Amino acid sequence: MKKKYVKSLIGIGVNAMNKTVSLISKNFKNLDPKSLQEYLHAGGYLGLEKALASTPAQVIQEVKKSGLQGRGGAAYPTGRKWEQAAAVEGPRKIVICNADEGEPGTFKDRYLLQYDPFKIIEGMTIAAYAVGATEGYIYIREEYKKLQDQMKIVIASALEGGFLGDNILGTGLCFHIKVVSGAGAYVCGENSTLIESIEGKSGRPRIKPPYIKEKGLFGLPTLVNNVETFSVIPVIFEIGAEEYSKYGTEFSKGTKLISLCGNIQYPGTYEIPFGLTLREIIYDIGGGIRDGKKLKFLQLGGASGAILPASKIDIPYTYEDFEGNGLTIGSGAILIADETNKVVDYMKSVQDFFLHESCGKCTPCREGNRQLSKIINRFVSGTASIEDFQTVERFARVMKYCSFCGLGQTAPSALLSAIQHFPDEFYQQIHKVRKIM
Amino acid sequence: MMETTLDKDLFDKIDGIIHAYEHDRHNLVQILLQAQDLIPRHYIPMEVATYIGEQLGVPLSKVYDVISFYSALSDRPKAQHVIQLCKSTTCRVNKYQTVRDVLERELDIKMGEITSDGKFALEYSACFGACDISPAFRIDTEVFGNLNEEKIRQILDRYRGECNE
Ligand SMILES: Cc1cc2nc3c(=O)[nH]c(=O)nc-3n(C[C@H](O)[C@H](O)[C@H](O)COP(=O)(O)O)c2cc1C
Ligand code: SF4
Ligand code: FES
Repeated sequence: MKKKYVKSLIGIGVNAMNKTVSLISKNFKNLDPKSLQEYLHAGGYLGLEKALASTPAQVIQEVKKSGLQGRGGAAYPTGRKWEQAAAVEGPRKIVICNADEGEPGTFKDRYLLQYDPFKIIEGMTIAAYAVGATEGYIYIREEYKKLQDQMKIVIASALEGGFLGDNILGTGLCFHIKVVSGAGAYVCGENSTLIESIEGKSGRPRIKPPYIKEKGLFGLPTLVNNVETFSVIPVIFEIGAEEYSKYGTEFSKGTKLISLCGNIQYPGTYEIPFGLTLREIIYDIGGGIRDGKKLKFLQLGGASGAILPASKIDIPYTYEDFEGNGLTIGSGAILIADETNKVVDYMKSVQDFFLHESCGKCTPCREGNRQLSKIINRFVSGTASIEDFQTVERFARVMKYCSFCGLGQTAPSALLSAIQHFPDEFYQQIHKVRKIM
Repeated sequence: MMETTLDKDLFDKIDGIIHAYEHDRHNLVQILLQAQDLIPRHYIPMEVATYIGEQLGVPLSKVYDVISFYSALSDRPKAQHVIQLCKSTTCRVNKYQTVRDVLERELDIKMGEITSDGKFALEYSACFGACDISPAFRIDTEVFGNLNEEKIRQILDRYRGECNE
């Protein structure tokens, strides 16, 4: 047996065996998530203390230096977003944490809400200080009802401990947080739709401009970030932006929580440094495919992400490598499908989702999803025609470029990639082709 | 049967919710969700929708726009317990169909139906973030995962065993 010489080369928090790291996941399953004392004991609120010792402008600079990109899907640079939010004038500003987590195959925000809720509100508090906000909201999906209740308890004890409220840590900083429930609508994860929902309306996106940063909730300047994005913030201040950005690659700084699921041996949420290959994620972290089956394909970034065949799993998990391969990191979902799955049947479950979740506001998405569903049903039942391919491409293009919001724009991406990588499985389902074959 | 639940006590509780939300129409979704939690069979009866609309100064059409838009709200009575089976992507590759077959057989109803005693409703749901324990279903707000036939039977027995209030 070769000695594990790597051990000495690895920094704090890196686990040699399974290649995961623990920066934002360090408290997972290690403490009572409802206990402020235990959170403090584990180094909680050091980040806030350090941030409050700097000016808001310095805080924003530090976030910029970390290279952090939004973890909610769009990967917008967080420091830049905060800078813009801080630049908007207004006596009343809002910070919203997006905990709607509706993307199928995604549950990493649930881990944060469940195992380290204080970190989320600490991150929000630092954000509030940086951009000059006094009111915060956490919009948690209805399906996480129990976590909403836990979050309310956590907020109450932070308030009692002086970490929220009218005079935070005696600095005069004022910030309050309310928990708001979603009501079962994926589209409400989109920024402006989420705001409509908090305002008590049905979830249909708003036209932009005016931008959320200028006119968001109740028409006030608003900053929206994802649960994971907020959870990274205290870590950046605790260990320093420079240290944080040592993890990952040049263009994908830091670590990412992935939701590994499907036909995998060890499904779960893992924190990884950017730059591992998908192969390492599947086999070294996930323990390989369940029941000794063979890997067939992956879906990356949720239902709105592309399909990747097994032959391509040596791609590194970074924003830049993904982009070069027509993929998106998206929410961080990595769904594994083994050889028993038919691509066409799988696509039906993707399409059923979008058909159900389209809000109906714009025609390309509402009608496009209806038509795509009809076509996929024909492929499933083996009654498709060769013309269906052209129709899919035409409709997908219209949806991508003409839909009002991200839902419709990304809905056809999985289907297009599936046809690209597994054309035979679609051809087999064409009535005439099958007869010849 | 339904009418008996719409007593004064219920409306008092709804008043309490509306009061806690400061009669602010911006909280319509939250108020509807909490009111629905109080009502057996998980729905918003017309009388309740009308009442909440009046109290908040929101037109009834807007109240119904909200109720009909969100999956978590319903304008029709469901059952004492609503079983929602996820059929999204992860549960698809983990063969939710096997779970569906067991549920349909055990309850002797099809997806989308309600048992004749009004105890269980069976419906599909989109992903509710339990993909790490897929295939999964929810019974009301409780999530159950890593399901197999044995486990499903045990879970159903637990709910069957409880007495009707
Ligand atoms: C249809 C749709 C659904 C979305 N769902 C979520 C979600 O569940 N959680 C989330 O954080 N962002 C979601 N987003 C992205 C948000 O609009 C937004 O980009 C994000 O919350 C910003 O936070 P970040 O900069 O920290 O990533 C969704 C976007 C679209 C178009
Ligand atoms: S793209 Fe779809 S979800 Fe978005 S506004 Fe249009 S119909 Fe609604
Ligand atoms: S796909 Fe079924 S719970 Fe997520």
